[in-house]
Amino acid sequence: MNFESELKQGRFVVGKCTKCHNTNWPPSEYCSKCFGELSYSPVKEPGIVIEWSSKDGQTFGIVEFEGIRVMGAIQGTPKQGQKAKITNCTFDGSPKFTFSVF
Amino acid sequence: MRVAVAGYSNTKFSLDETPIENLLVSATKQLFHNTKNLEQKDIDAVLVSTNNVKRYLAPVLSELAGIAPKISHSVENMCNSGTNAIVSGFSYIASGMADVVLITGAEQAENPGQILDWDSSRGEFQHPIFWGTIFTKSHKRKFGTTDEELAYVSALNHKNAQDNPYAYNPKQYTIQEISESKRITEDLRLLDCSRSCTGSSAILLASENVAKKYTDSPVWIEGIGQKTTSAGFTKNDLTSIESTIQAANQAYSMARIRPNNIDVVEIHDAFSVCELMILEDLGIVPKGKAAKLVPELYNTNNKKINPRGGLMGAGHPLGATGVAQIAEITSQLQGLSQKRQVENAKIGLVQNMSAAATSSTVLVLKN
Repeated sequence: MNFESELKQGRFVVGKCTKCHNTNWPPSEYCSKCFGELSYSPVKEPGIVIEWSSKDGQTFGIVEFEGIRVMGAIQGTPKQGQKAKITNCTFDGSPKFTFSVF
Repeated sequence: MRVAVAGYSNTKFSLDETPIENLLVSATKQLFHNTKNLEQKDIDAVLVSTNNVKRYLAPVLSELAGIAPKISHSVENMCNSGTNAIVSGFSYIASGMADVVLITGAEQAENPGQILDWDSSRGEFQHPIFWGTIFTKSHKRKFGTTDEELAYVSALNHKNAQDNPYAYNPKQYTIQEISESKRITEDLRLLDCSRSCTGSSAILLASENVAKKYTDSPVWIEGIGQKTTSAGFTKNDLTSIESTIQAANQAYSMARIRPNNIDVVEIHDAFSVCELMILEDLGIVPKGKAAKLVPELYNTNNKKINPRGGLMGAGHPLGATGVAQIAEITSQLQGLSQKRQVENAKIGLVQNMSAAATSSTVLVLKN
């Protein structure tokens, strides 16, 4: 299961090591802790808002899922530590995430 | 084996579309012009620091400059390529593999070193302004840093750059002009940002056996620290730079100094907030206090921090930046910085970093 191809299908998956059970990030072929094989599965939601800013009226920021932090567009007005879910994700040259806060 | 900076040169930073080979040769030619007794046959190693995609540039420069070195290769590490090349050159001399090393850094304004497109954690927000604005928001939130305090960072760097004949933008700006400059993001104005530009710089490193042949006042590299915490941006703390903290501690320990011993500093002010974070993480001021120091420096014409104008004032030709920082500190410790001179400077520091501060180099120099 490939991070980019799954993301293109609208699924944000991360690798878990089949040997040491580390949640692995960034996407890779092998675990960065023990070089074990990875098994990919969707991240657990909700995430938590870490930080954000905005440009031209578009809010974006860092959201953490299972210890993995990624940047994406944020719908709504975020607060630090607020819960966030993935409303859209794809891969088009780079990963693209949209989160909504609740 | 001690290693000295025995020569240096700069070229005018600009937005010109000068070919990379010309930039490399210009700084090298100027270094030969500036350095007594230097002959091509003396040079054991030629290192080129750049993010340019052209291949084999160190042998190309060697041939164009009439040098047939034992060692020649490029060093690429995004924005801190320059100090990485200097650490490599230091290591060749310290190991006994070389006595004299030429390091030339050069970049064109448009270059691939500005964006790490590998970094999936940045999502579609790949440009440096996005990590710059996130750092700024976090610093404001944690320490109550104001837009006016951030504007002083830009004002100080642009003021210092006025006395740097090689600066890309030696224009002075008022706090109001900076605060009213074009809004880039919620937390960044145009004048809070450094600008990638075209330029080159060169350094001659020499072993203590031969340094005096080339200069009457060698400047010694006494402390080196480097740390890479990650390549991706989002893993790290957003209000302090762990790579700089660890690199500084290594460099202070090697040089046997403390932050309060430092007379003059070159730091990597990619954005205004970076200067505050770096001053704090180098231990020059306590955490959260840099925003009070910068206006004081500005109002007292104190040039201790970034006397050549930093990245914001002098410009940021990525591969040349770390080299130009070393050139400035060397000039300061030799007492040759003219209007920029920090009085009686004996110990200098360079801090250079890459890719959202995920890696840092800190060097301590003494005269």
